[in-house]
Amino acid sequence: MKKTVLLAGTALALAFGISTAEAAKLKACWVYTGPIGDFGYSYQHDQGRLAVEKELGDKVETAYVENVAEGPDAERVFERFAREGCGIVFGTSFGFMDAELKVAKKFPKVKFEHATGYKSAPNMGLYNARFYEGRYILGQIAAKESKAGVAGYIVSFPIPEVVMGINAFMLGAQSVNPNFKAKIVWVNSWFDPGKEADAAKALFDQGADIIVQHTDSTAAIQVAEERGLKGFGQSSDMAKFAPKAQLTAIVDNWGPHYIKSVKAVLDGTWKPGDAWEGIKDGTVHMADFANMSDDTKKLAEATEAKIVAGWNPFTGPIADQDGKERYAAGVVAPDKDLLGMNWYVKGVDDKLPQ
Amino acid sequence: MLEAFILTVITAATPLMLAALGELVVERSGVLNLGVEGMMVMGAVAGFAVTISTGSPWLGVLAGAAAGLLTSLLFAVVTLTLVANQVASGLALTMFGLGLSGLIGESFVGQPGIKLQPANIPGLTDLPVVGRILFGQDALVYLSFVMIVVVSLFLFRSRAGLILRAVGDNHSSAHALGYSVIKVRYLAVMFGGAMAGLGGAYLSVAYTPLWVENMTAGRGWIALALVVFASWTPLRIFFGAYLFGAVTVLQFHAQALGIGFPSQFLSMLPYVATVVVLVAISGNRRATLFNTPACLGQSFVPDR
Repeated sequence: MKKTVLLAGTALALAFGISTAEAAKLKACWVYTGPIGDFGYSYQHDQGRLAVEKELGDKVETAYVENVAEGPDAERVFERFAREGCGIVFGTSFGFMDAELKVAKKFPKVKFEHATGYKSAPNMGLYNARFYEGRYILGQIAAKESKAGVAGYIVSFPIPEVVMGINAFMLGAQSVNPNFKAKIVWVNSWFDPGKEADAAKALFDQGADIIVQHTDSTAAIQVAEERGLKGFGQSSDMAKFAPKAQLTAIVDNWGPHYIKSVKAVLDGTWKPGDAWEGIKDGTVHMADFANMSDDTKKLAEATEAKIVAGWNPFTGPIADQDGKERYAAGVVAPDKDLLGMNWYVKGVDDKLPQ
Repeated sequence: MLEAFILTVITAATPLMLAALGELVVERSGVLNLGVEGMMVMGAVAGFAVTISTGSPWLGVLAGAAAGLLTSLLFAVVTLTLVANQVASGLALTMFGLGLSGLIGESFVGQPGIKLQPANIPGLTDLPVVGRILFGQDALVYLSFVMIVVVSLFLFRSRAGLILRAVGDNHSSAHALGYSVIKVRYLAVMFGGAMAGLGGAYLSVAYTPLWVENMTAGRGWIALALVVFASWTPLRIFFGAYLFGAVTVLQFHAQALGIGFPSQFLSMLPYVATVVVLVAISGNRRATLFNTPACLGQSFVPDR
């Protein structure tokens, strides 16, 4: 209900505010699922929007609507943006897929891009980030730095993106220490600082000495800081919150992609792409490697360089939990498999919630 | 291990206990304020903002209580003076609080907070096992226990508490006896607001020193459920809050131990417990009538 109210308000403001836009400027528009104040997913997308403003200056004008519920509400927002002269509209959440596609078909002259989905159209491209590349590096760092040989892993929901992350982390950890363990705790929420802190405490109490998270707040790493243990930031660089605990962070850096797309629209060269970008493209950015031994740092940097050079962490041999071989030695898991991943690699000590 | 578990449960239970105690007094006066979530989140943002602006978590806590109180005043004016529907106004208050706190807090996102430090009494805090549990908590934890006693004594051992319960049970009679129903309810709502604000400030100043939109994540609703769970008695609020806290923390421990139990089921448990208690108390008609404020949610208009 709250979202609807906010939405109605924003839509109204847009209706009155933007009709005076100059025709010469390109208008780029963003639709966010959360508040830009989440210091996580939507916040990072908005940082990308700000990067576009900074880079292209007065050639563009940007607009955004935050807190858009996934579903019919989203369709209204996309349609309004399309009618109001947006040249390109970015839908930043998986759940906007169908709504955005519908509007894209209705407005063939407007360009659309959708994040993390799989449906496209002649005027709707896809973009995503290979966060798993970063997770592999986290796994290696964790296995190197952990004295207990056990990491605590806080996760939200069992969707492919999250499972892919756990697997990449474990593959990285096992490449250093084949007996490395991760204790996995599902908090069933993307975002609940209190629960995330409680989960972190429970994991530390049970002997983990490094915390990994696939939830959005800084609560877990703050617990690590308090206890003098280590952890990784998520989505944003959280070093400010945990200067002694943060080993590194996987930062969602959408700026380069957004700048590229908006520039392409300005030059008239935009094509609906299927961009799944990673560390190489700058979309996945590793925060400073800190609070670790030089040895670990070297390994992390070497792996980062290897990934930039084109190596994929999901290169066989990879066996699943039951020991069945999924990819033979040298075989790289195709993207389609990764995007639908619903099984654990060998050594994960958890049953995947079905 | 047990010590660590209890320490975690205490931090999980305290915000619930503070907010639920406040709402209990409100409901005992016959007012149903569904805006606990909104008041809590206002307390959280004000607590955080004042803490990092002044550098003092204490001022932050006070600001949290004040913000909760001010937010509740809005509800009081709308429902008590203007006699609007309490359910609708309470829901609106929650949405209002969530929206306004996001607006106020925008510039505080991504800034690390300052944590309210726990007590450290030389000699006592270092005692094995019980030391940190009994003597190493922050002030708000102790306050939450003091408030259980204070609210109990107030409601059942003081004249003012008797008047408040009379207003909640039969506002017409209380009015006929010459008590100001509206004044009593104003005070009760303001107390509830301040307590919810304290609960919110506990989140952003002591529990997880950070601010993000929506950080209460439904705790206001759990506090509301707790009041019913406790069948409107302060002591049972304590049991309820610690039970809810314990179940939440226990399920994380169970998962980390690799006990193959669906986490969704465990997340559901506190609410199942509430339903079970509701069924149990509605089975005992006399107990229900004894504790449930009879005028709960009913507006009062003085006839002269």
